[in-house]
Amino acid sequence: MIEQVINDFPILKQEIRGKRLAYLDSGATAQKPRQVIDAISNFYLADNSNVHRGVHALSERSTALYEGVRKKTADFINAKSSKEIVFVKSTTEAINLVAQSYLKPLLNKGDEILISEMAHHANIVPWQLIAKEKGAELKVIPVLDCGELDIDKAHALMTDRTKLLAITHVSNVLGTINPVKELVDMAHAKSIPVLIDGAQAVLHQKVDVQDLDCEFYAFSSHKMYGPTGVGVLFGKYEILDSMTPYQGGGDMIMQVSWDKTEFQAPPTRFEAGTPNIAGVIGLGAAIEYINDLGIDSIYQYEQELLTYATEKLKTIPGLRIIGEANHKAAVVSFVLDGIHPHDIATILDVEGIAVRAGHHCAMPLMERFKVPATVRASMACYNSKEDIDQLVAGIKKVIEIFS
Amino acid sequence: MNELRELYQQMIIDHGKNPRHFHVDENATHIKDGFNPLCGDKFRFYLQAKNDVVESACFKGEGCAISIASASMLSEAVKDMSKGEIEKLFNDFHDLVTKGELDDAEEKLGKLSILGGVAEFPSRVKCATLAWHTVIAALNGDEKSVSTE
Repeated sequence: MIEQVINDFPILKQEIRGKRLAYLDSGATAQKPRQVIDAISNFYLADNSNVHRGVHALSERSTALYEGVRKKTADFINAKSSKEIVFVKSTTEAINLVAQSYLKPLLNKGDEILISEMAHHANIVPWQLIAKEKGAELKVIPVLDCGELDIDKAHALMTDRTKLLAITHVSNVLGTINPVKELVDMAHAKSIPVLIDGAQAVLHQKVDVQDLDCEFYAFSSHKMYGPTGVGVLFGKYEILDSMTPYQGGGDMIMQVSWDKTEFQAPPTRFEAGTPNIAGVIGLGAAIEYINDLGIDSIYQYEQELLTYATEKLKTIPGLRIIGEANHKAAVVSFVLDGIHPHDIATILDVEGIAVRAGHHCAMPLMERFKVPATVRASMACYNSKEDIDQLVAGIKKVIEIFS
Repeated sequence: MNELRELYQQMIIDHGKNPRHFHVDENATHIKDGFNPLCGDKFRFYLQAKNDVVESACFKGEGCAISIASASMLSEAVKDMSKGEIEKLFNDFHDLVTKGELDDAEEKLGKLSILGGVAEFPSRVKCATLAWHTVIAALNGDEKSVSTE
């Protein structure tokens, strides 16, 4: 698989400071295959027009392409209908939409929103904002030392005051794949609706929202080989249909007068203004790319890489992996005794290795593991064992410089 | 590799591992926090100053080798300096770590000049300057904590 795949990513064939590039920062954003780049440029070269507006041929064509991606996205996560797919600009915006349009109107003083200790700030702050406004409270499911969620505590924290469970599918720091189906079942048994942040999940493994039965599922195009600036919110149709939009503008209205505005049905209701049309077209090409490789093959391949990376990294004295859940995506966070992650990342950069160092937008989680930051190597379908070997050699150089 | 050796010279590693004046000062006249939210570097500086002249400087906190070494060397360098002198020194230091060159750098900056290698790594300039921003804000009596963002 790997030879064919690497050829699809021209950006990877370059040298950084004279060294072979080993891109291990796909958790921040994945690289884009030529197919995605071509789809975007072909759209601008041949099909560009605004959607849902003109009667002319180009507008009809771009509308058909745009709506075609909605169908493709629905199929990708097995939504019942493409009406359940709202295009937004990011996972963050998808979560904010649910916070503002769904939860805020339902939230009363004393209510609780249940999140987890491994949440990205995007799945903390939108809830904090409305909780503060409404006098509600955030409750947090703790993370165990191994990096797994404390499921017993999760169960205990679901009460009749809980108005929503907002849970991470795959941790961007620990790589933990959470048992989301089990959590949804647990929440539903207490009539608690569930939002899943799938930003780090969709590129690694098959997601089936009907099987999960979650009310909302949010993810981003740019983390799954598509362009930046496009996010997806899946919502069960009857719930989307009960929600009032929090952004108004063109496209989302049925009728506007000085007295009132009648809104369109979902998903259009939540897509005020001209959307990122070319970005959505790019997302469509990214989904096709994943489908062509086969998400199950990608999962298998990445799991082999993860096992290889984990074994190799564990041989380095003084290296501690943060997050050793049984069920993990291809993400490894680590720290080295006495050497700050930022120094590690700078030295690795000089060796051609791109990793992330920092708190990964998960400051509460850093506090939980009592580290100021970690180094994170996150893998995708275009990585190889060679990248891992380069990483391991780079880390040895770090240790040598600091010895 | 050369730029790495330049950045992580022995003296920087040494100050990073064994920072000087690394303690709390309960008699400080000025206390100020500095924070780099991007990477989590976090310091609290303690100064004793009389008539705008720093008599002693010390700090506690956590950060990367570059930020700790810079804070450590700063705590040595600013002793007995006036606020104006410190600001001038910081101007020179800032020029060096952003542009990579400064006329008579060693003469003007002394030991601090070894942090010049940072200029090759723009993302690390904030690490090298956090302590400086913090100390100057402390002397200016700014109310808020210093943040690099």
